[in-house]
Amino acid sequence: MLRWILIAVLSLGIAGTAFWGYQEHQEKNSILVQAENTYQRAFHELAYHMDLLHDEIGTALAMNSDQRLSPQMVEIWRLTSEASTNVGQLPLGLLPFNKTEEFLSDIGDFTYRTAVRNLDDEPLSEEETETLESLYEQSAEIENELRKVQHLVLEDNLRWMDVQLTLANEDQQVDNTIIDGLKTVEKTVEGFSETNVDSPIIGTSSKQHQYQYLKGKQEITEKQALTLSKDLFEVNDASKIRITETGDGADVPLYSATYTDDNRHAYMDITKQGGQPVSLLVERPMKEKQISLNEGMEKAKAYIEELGYKDMVMFHSSEYDNTGAYSFLYSENGVRVYSDALEVKVALDNGDIMGITAQNYLMNHKERNIPEPEISVDEAKEMVNSNVDIQEEFLAVIDNDIGEEVLAHEFLGTYGDDTYRIFINAKTGMEEKVDKLGGSEINYAIN
Amino acid sequence: MFKRSYLLFMIICTIFLAFETTYSTNQASAFSSQVIQQGATGDDVIELQARLQYLGFYNGKIDGVFGWGTYWALRNFQYEFGMKVDGLAGQKTKDKLAKASKYDKAFVKEQISKGNKFTHYGGVDQEKQSAPNPQKKQEENKNQKQQKSQDQKESQPQETQEQKSEPSENKQESEPAKESEATKDKDDGPSATAVNVPQGFSQNDIQLMANAVYGEARGEPYEGQVAVAAVILNRVDSPSFPNTVSGVIFEPRAFTAVADGQIWLTPNERAKEAVLDAINGWDPTGHAIYYFNPDTATSSWIWSRPQIKRIGKHIFCK
Repeated sequence: MLRWILIAVLSLGIAGTAFWGYQEHQEKNSILVQAENTYQRAFHELAYHMDLLHDEIGTALAMNSDQRLSPQMVEIWRLTSEASTNVGQLPLGLLPFNKTEEFLSDIGDFTYRTAVRNLDDEPLSEEETETLESLYEQSAEIENELRKVQHLVLEDNLRWMDVQLTLANEDQQVDNTIIDGLKTVEKTVEGFSETNVDSPIIGTSSKQHQYQYLKGKQEITEKQALTLSKDLFEVNDASKIRITETGDGADVPLYSATYTDDNRHAYMDITKQGGQPVSLLVERPMKEKQISLNEGMEKAKAYIEELGYKDMVMFHSSEYDNTGAYSFLYSENGVRVYSDALEVKVALDNGDIMGITAQNYLMNHKERNIPEPEISVDEAKEMVNSNVDIQEEFLAVIDNDIGEEVLAHEFLGTYGDDTYRIFINAKTGMEEKVDKLGGSEINYAIN
Repeated sequence: MFKRSYLLFMIICTIFLAFETTYSTNQASAFSSQVIQQGATGDDVIELQARLQYLGFYNGKIDGVFGWGTYWALRNFQYEFGMKVDGLAGQKTKDKLAKASKYDKAFVKEQISKGNKFTHYGGVDQEKQSAPNPQKKQEENKNQKQQKSQDQKESQPQETQEQKSEPSENKQESEPAKESEATKDKDDGPSATAVNVPQGFSQNDIQLMANAVYGEARGEPYEGQVAVAAVILNRVDSPSFPNTVSGVIFEPRAFTAVADGQIWLTPNERAKEAVLDAINGWDPTGHAIYYFNPDTATSSWIWSRPQIKRIGKHIFCK
């Protein structure tokens, strides 16, 4: 009897211990995952900030007006601090971060000095421009190195926890001076708000004119939406199309239609008011590329004309795998309106339209009274950094920093090997925006 | 006698024919019939870049992506040759280009394929005398590393190079010393191919987002995946969330796939395409910054958000 009780108690104890152990194990795992995520975040943010830093320094090089240069320097300074924070959060020893640290402090020092000084009285000297140029080069190097590592991390699913464990086990001397050195810079400049430099210039919207284009148009019924989607999906059988409606949170009430058959799946949003297609997405397996990006553009042009969009000019085209992506801008008497943008996607195997999104156009398009520019093209050119070699010029309506639409002279120019898009306000002559244009990158996956 | 002269005739014919063929391959390996425009990728772009470089207009990498550098080079070419300056390589431009330049396809291709084998970087990097090239130093470093593997194949491309470095009519003034240095560079740097990326994003950004989308919504319809990617981007724009893609994705408690490690599953091409669509402007959610699965959501707070729409298993809200 006693024996049985003992066995029962013991087995209960074992079961209990096992359960407890399992729970501990689970907890440990979830903590490991959390710690891992923190490392991952710090690392990817670091890579991103270095990318941004490189672009921002490049932009500073192409800037002319001191009005914009000071904030730009502050922005670069802030980015160095953010990047330093990211470095400080990583388990180091694997990557060549000494260089990064040196660079970050260099650039931080330099931009701080120039940012606090009155650039009107004392503009950048030639030497300083040279320093900036060399920092620009260095940042390109570090950016590249980081991107390579980042690619490896993503490809091989590298875990920072593993890195840390191996480091701990091997008892290696790790260069901790980096962390110490960078901690002092930390926190000091966090208060600045981030100007969202990378938000695409097209399709930015000022709030006060949302969906004016749709005003006064009649609401369509679900049945009409079905007929419309049938046409746009190019199917005969409407029974396979499912229609749903949006809820209270939507900016503009929509019908959404989905269609699936054996080889493709399609999705579409139509406004209830006016039955205007907002976006269309088609998914199907892609075959070998047959037509060129240029032919694809003609298809896209024909398509948006068919949908009733007039005066659209092609702004940008890009080939991704076997699809062509095109952006169009609305052009009013030769003035390109950046907020009224359309995107079209074309399959380059047979020229099918794979998607269109008119959200920006529908949201922003309205009657505009575009004034005559008060500053001539030549006067505006004077405002551009003299090192920039201007190649093309346009008139454009863009949204400035505070979200107002302004008329601007747009210049495309080169500085060194890089291309910049520069906007000069056509009324005040202020340098509204300077963007460094990218668009392609070494393919890390195939090299 | 007759037979003999006939034979001779045949031989002469053959020689002529052979000559003709080699000549014509040199001349007419020119371009397919397509019009090449900015953003295009592929062999035609490689040829375009190589030919523009041959004439001294293009000083970037021959990477097969029609980017800004190629665009300006083409426009300058059109300007110098008195054509309509539109940055489009149409039939007329291509003919003129093919006439004015030579294209050694075998050499370029060899460089490209070698590049794939040996390195991440490197590139056919010819330097124009005035333009500073920030990549160059790095290029050289890399090249030193590759030197070993390059040595054995040194002789053949060298020959081709000599021919390539002949200064063309309109660039007579190029310093010979510099030119040869540049060609040397070209010699041991296999060219790398590039890809298009949307403005402001790197391939790694896209990969990271694809990981998140795949982890969160791999069972969802395509638009559901685009929607998740769009929510990530909307959060980057929103002032109440972090300002970077990685910041948003790794924000504690933001995505379940991140918390339980599903983000590290290898994403498929579909997820990547969905991310690209979202970056290029598609947002099926209508500016949503939250979404949840009504079957598994535990927080009652999420139900209080104004709902926009439901896609697949997820409800998207503001």
